[in-house]
Amino acid sequence: MDLIVEGISRALVLLFTGDAELWRVIGLSLLVSGTATLLSLLVGIPTGTFLALTDFPGRRIVVSLVNTGMGLPPIVVGLFVTILLWRSGPLGGLRLLYTPAAMVIAQCVIATPIVTGLTLAAMQALNPKLRLQILALGATRLQMLWLLMREARLPLLAAVMAGFGGAVSEVGASIMVGGNIPGQTRVLTTATVMETSRGNFAMAIALSLVLLWLMLCVNAFLTVIQQRRRPL
Amino acid sequence: MKREVLINCGHWFSPLAFALLAIFTSACSASPWMSASASSRPSDPEVLLATTTSIQDSGLLDVLLPVFEERTGYVVKPIAVGSGQALVLGERGEVDVLLVHSPDAEVAFIAAGHGVDRRLVMHNAFVLLGPPADPAGIKGARSAVEAFERIAQAGALFISRGDGSGTDVLEKKLWTRLGYVPLGQSWYQETGQGMGATLNVADEKRGYTLADHGTYLARKKGLTLEIMVEEDRALLNVYHVIRVNPDKSPRINAAGARAFADFMVAPDTQALIGEFGVNQFGEPLFIPDAGKREEALGE
Amino acid sequence: MGEARDSDKAILRAEGLIVQRAGRTVLDIPALEVARGEVVAIIGPNGAGKSTLLLTLALLLSPTEGRLWFDGLWIDRQVDRVALRRRMAVVFQEPLLLDLSVYENVAVGLQLRGVSAAERARRTWYWLERLGIAELARRPARDLSGGEAQRTSLARAFALAPEILFLDEPFAGLDAPTRAEVIEHVGALIRDTGITTVLVTHDRDEALALGDRIGVLIGGHLLQLDRPEVVFGTPASPEVAAFVGIETVVPGHVIAYRDGVARVQVAQRVVEAVAEMYPGRAVWVCLRPEDVTLLSEDAAGESSARNRLAGRVVRVRPAGTQVRVTVDCGFPVVALITQPSAQRLGLTPGQRVVASFKASAVHLIGR
Repeated sequence: MDLIVEGISRALVLLFTGDAELWRVIGLSLLVSGTATLLSLLVGIPTGTFLALTDFPGRRIVVSLVNTGMGLPPIVVGLFVTILLWRSGPLGGLRLLYTPAAMVIAQCVIATPIVTGLTLAAMQALNPKLRLQILALGATRLQMLWLLMREARLPLLAAVMAGFGGAVSEVGASIMVGGNIPGQTRVLTTATVMETSRGNFAMAIALSLVLLWLMLCVNAFLTVIQQRRRPL
Repeated sequence: MKREVLINCGHWFSPLAFALLAIFTSACSASPWMSASASSRPSDPEVLLATTTSIQDSGLLDVLLPVFEERTGYVVKPIAVGSGQALVLGERGEVDVLLVHSPDAEVAFIAAGHGVDRRLVMHNAFVLLGPPADPAGIKGARSAVEAFERIAQAGALFISRGDGSGTDVLEKKLWTRLGYVPLGQSWYQETGQGMGATLNVADEKRGYTLADHGTYLARKKGLTLEIMVEEDRALLNVYHVIRVNPDKSPRINAAGARAFADFMVAPDTQALIGEFGVNQFGEPLFIPDAGKREEALGE
Repeated sequence: MGEARDSDKAILRAEGLIVQRAGRTVLDIPALEVARGEVVAIIGPNGAGKSTLLLTLALLLSPTEGRLWFDGLWIDRQVDRVALRRRMAVVFQEPLLLDLSVYENVAVGLQLRGVSAAERARRTWYWLERLGIAELARRPARDLSGGEAQRTSLARAFALAPEILFLDEPFAGLDAPTRAEVIEHVGALIRDTGITTVLVTHDRDEALALGDRIGVLIGGHLLQLDRPEVVFGTPASPEVAAFVGIETVVPGHVIAYRDGVARVQVAQRVVEAVAEMYPGRAVWVCLRPEDVTLLSEDAAGESSARNRLAGRVVRVRPAGTQVRVTVDCGFPVVALITQPSAQRLGLTPGQRVVASFKASAVHLIGR
């Protein structure tokens, strides 16, 4: 118990005295997971929207693949990305293993099905007749997509948050493809694992608190937006 | 070289994939943490070092690597894994240089042609740790093997790394010497994790465990575990630096590996190793051994 | 179908329109024209293909077969449908508002068209005023009542100044008093603006209230399209007759004709009808329930109507302020009578009455 108290107090000291290493880890976490989330949005939102709005043979299979992908174990992703990026692997020439870029790839693979699946659900939850109404209002295809996304903006925002949450809180893949190299691929989760292993529980707790605080910010942001939507 | 590959990929992948790769590369190259601090950059500045969790957990590299990087312009990426996995990474040519402590496996590694130029760097000792109550009554045992025997007879809880690391290999070797197969016994449990995590487990479950002295010293403060047996020649923990055979893969940074290996055995580096931990623990975590004969250690 | 129209006057023309869904033909319309400025109301039961027809005409659904012209332009695959849709407007049964304010909803179509902000504001406010929802302008659309929401949807359509307005059951979701009010209001707006309108509805009264012409769509076929009095007075088929509220539709044979009156044998009885139908002709005898009067047997002589058929009451059902009575006169005759007269007659099943109706109230359809 006193360990937790000590950990929390040291964590606060580390945070507020601007411990350089800690802030570097925080910054890297945000950068890597933020980039991964951004890329997963670029792929996931169009894919989810496409799956929601069109019908084609094999669509059900793709949808069930996406749903399975939402629960993709990070360690499996880590393993396959590692093998792909190995010097002897098919993408070895890119020399990406043990770089932030490798972590971005792995986290992107983890976040993309989440974003896709939630986008699909968000767009399917819209009244299907709304599409006809928007077209009838003279919308081009692009204008229609824009208006539909506007309509689904809250669940879409939740998709973004879930994607980021999945990326930033994942550790298995990050440690495998990143290697937890200080200053390069050491992020909140991998550093927490290492500090725990080193017995630096205060630092581990500080890192965990920051991770929690990050998630809290993310959720607070979402809640604020939801509150704003409430009727007067 | 990198750019060429990207452009080739552009033909094969969709433009989207190309854009993604472009972002990745720019994220790497544009970010400050990727560039070496030295002004004279080697043509291939990145050196992949496979090392052990016990080294990483000790914090030694945090002291040595900045010096090396400052001096040579190389950037070392230490990948902390068990010695077993480190050797496999070397065998596959996935890394450039190894800093490991699994002597028998290392000899086999060199013999198989996977590595070259194995050089003694340093050692510390393994210690057999146990709860203060010492349920198997091993305190004062003359050797580690004898202590292991008492543990087995008492059926006292033993926590093993079980991760193929140097520590794990040594521990298994001791059991073998005893002619005993503990795996599968209810009192013998494997964590499959690094040294630090295994210490946490042993401390929590009040079990015996084998740890390297450095990690134990670093972690001593938060643990109730005590040293039961030390100063047995069988418990020496010897670290070697091994360059991965450059013939393994054209992508191996042979020059960088050589620079790192040379650095590890250089006199001023050895001095740094000898000082490491003295301030904090009153004694060094590692004994520098460059140039010595392995057989002469611990005498 | 209906009277021939000058094709220059037609803003919308369809030929050989067939829509199939899952291999089943849901719409089959050989020809249809909508003249500029007219209001065409299409009625039909649920599942008749009304919405399919409307979506096809509004270029929101591609027909399996057939050709369409809008304002003289043949709509082939190459035609820019978005540009054409921007000359139309559609109001659906559900208001289908976006999650925006009322004002923004009314303005959204103009925004999609790139109408300048000033012009947009002018037109939006104008139509908010005209639909009586200007004071709701700043409200989020999701807080509106059903009536307010549908007025918003209508304002959104009118603000586009469409050349043709499509209304798909726009009043069906409203409660009765709101509905009557909105129908009247929309009728006035359509008359004022002169917008060509196509309305589909299952409700005869809505069609009668708004339509210059009324079409009856049953089972994907447009069975009749004509002025309201023609469709309701002289339905072209027994199906149309049944749908336009003629509850007695029975088969018979003309046995005599003299001076514009045909005598038709129905079951074992004879009915006289004002119609030019000659002996030997097989016909459907159609009779509106409100044209039938019921008399007690002893008062039968008081009626001046040509048809007086004795029969037995089979069923008595209340129908709002009136009573619907089915009488077996050898064939079933349905009468709609007031509650006082029902009480006066003391109608109960099995009772003998006389069903009386004028020969001019009987409509014959050739079989």
